[in-house]
Amino acid sequence: MSFINYLSREINCKIVYYGPGLCGKTTNLQYIYNKTNPESKGKMISLATETERTLFFDFLPLALGEIRGFKTRFHLYTVPGQVFYDASRKLILKGVDGVVFVADSQIARTEANVESMENLRINLAEQGYSLDKLPCVIQYNKRDMPHIASTEELRELLNSNGVPDFEAVATRGNGVFETLKAVAKLVLTELKRGRA
Amino acid sequence: MTSPQMVMYEEEFNQIQTIVDRLVREANARVVFIIDKNGQLIAAAGETEQLDTTSLASLTAGNIAATGGMAKLLRESEFTTQFHEGQRANIHIQLVGNRVILVVIFDNKTSLGLVRLRVKKASEELNAIFEALLTKVQDPSGETPFAEITDDDIDNLFND
Repeated sequence: MSFINYLSREINCKIVYYGPGLCGKTTNLQYIYNKTNPESKGKMISLATETERTLFFDFLPLALGEIRGFKTRFHLYTVPGQVFYDASRKLILKGVDGVVFVADSQIARTEANVESMENLRINLAEQGYSLDKLPCVIQYNKRDMPHIASTEELRELLNSNGVPDFEAVATRGNGVFETLKAVAKLVLTELKRGRA
Repeated sequence: MTSPQMVMYEEEFNQIQTIVDRLVREANARVVFIIDKNGQLIAAAGETEQLDTTSLASLTAGNIAATGGMAKLLRESEFTTQFHEGQRANIHIQLVGNRVILVVIFDNKTSLGLVRLRVKKASEELNAIFEALLTKVQDPSGETPFAEITDDDIDNLFND
């Protein structure tokens, strides 16, 4: 649910990074944070455990520029990926405008990817959203690791809707901004259609 | 989709800002702000210069969401009030009409009792404004400036 403020001429949208535990959601946000001009970003907040696993969410406010005199601001959130944090994941999906599904390309994580995608679909449905209608992009992360599935295999498993998808190595930043731009574009296009 | 889009117009914003400004004075608070349940800041008043209101808004919404989740597990509809007491600063969080969140930050220059009293009055007024705003937003004849956005406009945003 985007927030349009006519007075300050701002559009605010919420993007959620979803995916299995340790797939690189927080790493995506950290890279974006590190590479963005100070004037375009706010403070990044991470609610994490002592071992740096996301406990509740990470949050990064980002200004992308103006569109027809309206400042576009995106609030990026990650969910905790670990299976037992499902109650928290549901909460973070409230009011979402777009989703980035970050998949872990390692073969050993195939099942975790599929399970997380299914979990996303269920949790969205619980909030009254449909994964088939919501702006969504998929990122196949960790392409630099040994023993990874091919993009075609991952696509077949996770991208039945044929949404925009990207290969990435989030630790080095490869594919990170491409993914963000793609989802932001989908969200704005949806807003234009008047459905966001 | 599930919930209607939040839109803010000048008229309603001015009404809300008046209430928020008054609440700062009457409750003798340091800062008052209003956010929606998704963590978007709607209005703020008081000593906001030294505060990261964007982060505070997001964390408060997360807090309210978590508390709402606990309420659901206990078969309560919502816990509408939260109070956090610190050594120098205290935070009073009030859910207004299950739609927006009214946050008051105060110190020992005032009391929790006074804050509660003033928040109660302000909540009722705010609720009425947001009710009216929602009706206005749902009016299908309402303008949407984004219908005019072209694909080029969107592309231009990412050209740098």
